[in-house]
Amino acid sequence: MNAPVSSFTPGMLVESPAARVSAAVACTRLSLRARGDLAPFEAALGLSLDGQIGSRSSSGVLEAMRLGPDEWILHGSKDAAASAVTELAGLYANHPHSLVDVSGREVSFVIEGPRAAELLTIGCPRNIETILPGSGRRTSFDGVTVVLWRDAETSFRMDVWNSFASHLLDLLATGCRELAAEIH
Amino acid sequence: MLLIHCPYCDETLPELEFTYAGEAHIARPENPSEMSDEDWQEFLFMRSNVKGPYHERWRHFHGCGRYFNAVRDTVSDKFLTTYKAGAPRPDLASLTEGLK
Repeated sequence: MNAPVSSFTPGMLVESPAARVSAAVACTRLSLRARGDLAPFEAALGLSLDGQIGSRSSSGVLEAMRLGPDEWILHGSKDAAASAVTELAGLYANHPHSLVDVSGREVSFVIEGPRAAELLTIGCPRNIETILPGSGRRTSFDGVTVVLWRDAETSFRMDVWNSFASHLLDLLATGCRELAAEIH
Repeated sequence: MLLIHCPYCDETLPELEFTYAGEAHIARPENPSEMSDEDWQEFLFMRSNVKGPYHERWRHFHGCGRYFNAVRDTVSDKFLTTYKAGAPRPDLASLTEGLK
């Protein structure tokens, strides 16, 4: 029962006057689980991990979002991720943690356009307005767990597990067309 | 749809982000090998199934992923409070006071 791995060529997938969905350029994704004193991790990664669940921080090359009390997702280039892995390996003896490369697990969709936030309401039960620009959340989209990054008022990124990606893309495409049909 | 307050995210969110996880405050036996079959039956299968305020576990599955405890009135389906896993049971009298 192996679902085919979704491989989207980075670029536009769905385009309408209401919203556009494109596949993001592949990046390296790291899942970090840690508890206790976060300062050594922050120093090693060069970004802030403390903050509300859903808060984000960036070191320029690496971007982090807090997903839970002891869980973060890190996005970055291959080199940035490799150096993060090396840095954190040095901490392991004194600060046990888990750092796992999950790059192959997900693809990211970029959702933007004047009605992007409204497009997300077709599958997302929570109020999108509570996710402020510059933050993000792990939430549910049509019953599937996704990580939403709100980069600006009308620009989102959605990290989706491979096996759900084609289904969610179909749903987003339908939504784009429906919202576009309302524009006269 | 129920709105549930996640004590870890500190947000009140739709039920669809959560999953139910049974009765709360059921402690695992400290000496499993000394348990009789009746004790195991009691621990594994017997739940209080109360009519009224019920202590239960929920998990913020599509979110922070954490289990937490809640007090829900099984008659009205209203959540009286939610609190972090490991925290003591809240005082029921103070929770139900406002409802009388």
